[in-house]
Amino acid sequence: MGNQIIMFISQIFNGLKIGSVYSLVALGYTMVYGIIRLINFAHGDFIMVGSYVLMLTIPAIVAFGLPAWVAVIPAILMCVAVGVIVERAAYKPVREKGNSMTALITAIAMSLLLENGSQAIFGADYQTVPTIIQIPTLSIGKLKIDGATIITIVLGVIIMVALQLFVTYTKQGKAMRAVSEDKEASILMGINVNSTITLTFAIGSGLAAVASLMYCVSYPQVSPMMGAMLGLKAFVAAVLGGIGSIPGAMVGGLVIGVVESLTKAYIGTITGGIITSAFSDAIVFGILIIVLLVKPSGLMGEPETEKV
Amino acid sequence: MKKSMLSTKQSYLVCAIGVVALFGILMGVCESGLVNAYIKGIMMTCCIAIIMTTSLNLTIGVLGQLTLGCCGFEAIGAYSAALMSKLLVANGVAMDPTLRFLLTTLVGGVVACVFGVLVGIPALRLHGDYLAIITLGFGEIIRVIIQNLKVAGGMGLDKGAAGQALIGIDRLANLYVVFWITVVTVVLLFMFARSRYGRAVKAIRDDEIAANASGINITYMKVLVFAISAFFAGIAGGIFAQYIGSLNPAMAGWLQSINYVIMVVFGGMGSLTGSIVSAIGLTILPELLRAFSSYRMLVYSVALVLIMIFRPQGIFGNWEFSLTKVINKIFYPVKVREHGKPKQDGADGKSEKAVKSGKSAKEADKTAGKATKTKEAQA
Repeated sequence: MGNQIIMFISQIFNGLKIGSVYSLVALGYTMVYGIIRLINFAHGDFIMVGSYVLMLTIPAIVAFGLPAWVAVIPAILMCVAVGVIVERAAYKPVREKGNSMTALITAIAMSLLLENGSQAIFGADYQTVPTIIQIPTLSIGKLKIDGATIITIVLGVIIMVALQLFVTYTKQGKAMRAVSEDKEASILMGINVNSTITLTFAIGSGLAAVASLMYCVSYPQVSPMMGAMLGLKAFVAAVLGGIGSIPGAMVGGLVIGVVESLTKAYIGTITGGIITSAFSDAIVFGILIIVLLVKPSGLMGEPETEKV
Repeated sequence: MKKSMLSTKQSYLVCAIGVVALFGILMGVCESGLVNAYIKGIMMTCCIAIIMTTSLNLTIGVLGQLTLGCCGFEAIGAYSAALMSKLLVANGVAMDPTLRFLLTTLVGGVVACVFGVLVGIPALRLHGDYLAIITLGFGEIIRVIIQNLKVAGGMGLDKGAAGQALIGIDRLANLYVVFWITVVTVVLLFMFARSRYGRAVKAIRDDEIAANASGINITYMKVLVFAISAFFAGIAGGIFAQYIGSLNPAMAGWLQSINYVIMVVFGGMGSLTGSIVSAIGLTILPELLRAFSSYRMLVYSVALVLIMIFRPQGIFGNWEFSLTKVINKIFYPVKVREHGKPKQDGADGKSEKAVKSGKSAKEADKTAGKATKTKEAQA
């Protein structure tokens, strides 16, 4: 019995680990969606970009005698650059001319571009990322918790709190909220809408780079397609938490991570083998569908009314 | 003036002759041995792509809702048709192969249509980005379920291993039959898009709230369009299953769906002829450029972004190719140009059409580009 409880708790920690990666990615989604009402399909692929940068820069950084996690700095710079370029080159012109559907198609196209571009450069196969940090495993009695899990969760919470403070108290943060509330009115208030949107993209992409570091600590391999499913699940997390809400994205990510981990571990036994762990992706999408139908504003979002 | 143009009946005739001529060319080329099995296979794939793209265009272009789950319905149709075909054989039902092909394909379409309604009723309460994501989610769920389905009765799926292919489907698809299925599909979709229903659907696309205020039952219309799209996707799946002979759950994946979305967008959102051209073009082009196949999606994605920036409505926009229009232009060039004037007065047959279609003459002018091959001839 005791073993089963320990097993259960370690499954929850597993879920929290991947969940905090989802949270960081979901923060990017939620900020971008909040401000321009666009699902940035390419956001998951920013993680892929960040992971490739990590893979390429870690050997050089270790050779300099610095700790390997410093590689997150070039990863952040690269992701911010990619994010801002994507926004300025593709989303902005489309946003000015087209409707929401053309914007969404552009986002899908940018995602395909990043995936296939890196496939052309690096090949389609999985490649290994060098070890980033060695953290001793924490033992509480029989329960063993991976050190990386704790670091990931703590880092996720710190970033979320910092982001929340930024959005609430700084001038740029207030500008972001104003633009997401009413674009035209914020132009009249003297807010530079375009640079605010670009800043949002930059922050979101930077968070994706941090998420790629956390992902690579736990799962040290990269492939061009790694971002697609990760991004979709993070989006589900953002919707679950309530799109536009920063704490919501955090909670949503953790919930999705835990649910995924628990379904993988237990669904087979609970349903007597009818639904197996192979269904875990379907279950995540099932959550999305239920949330959208029952409470589209999510756990912490504000309900949206349709305007004429 | 009106007499010198083609009448409605004449333009129907012109279209019919055009289609039969196309079939004649197809038959001539195939029977004379000019083309090998490889080319015939490409033609078959073109037909499947045309059915998929035109039916998807009904949702994306005419209804204006982006869905990313069309391949889920294609897969449902394909698996239903394949299992039905196997069931018929297993029960020893003696049947003409063509009849069996048509029957099983129809079953595929109907099953996909049922699922389309089931998915559509909850999904279509949402719109925009959420609808895209939720249809993507449904597509992925369909893929995962097919991948893990054990009920297919010892026909390759029962192994339980993920990604097991369903094999040994009778390859009954015949290019001529498939050609006519494609023709019927396109004709039906054209008729739907120009009908009273089609105009209501376009009204929803242009302004949902105004359409609702005008008494259009939005949910009903959306689910109807969604179900029609799913039905034809199922038909395409049924053909695909009985052409390839084996099925893999990966066909339901959302990247496959995006392939068809790309075809719709390239051709033009709302232009069925544009969809046909782009479906054929984007099926043949990769075959010609085999050497560059690893860069195919890279080129597509760049082209997609450029199209979205410079021509958001797609290459053809909502312009339709029309044989009647071409003939009118060639044989009655002056008359066509003069025709613009009396149209304004509403003094000739045009007003009749405008009244019939329940639109003001001005609106009729605006949508003239969208008018059918046949209806244009009335003008």
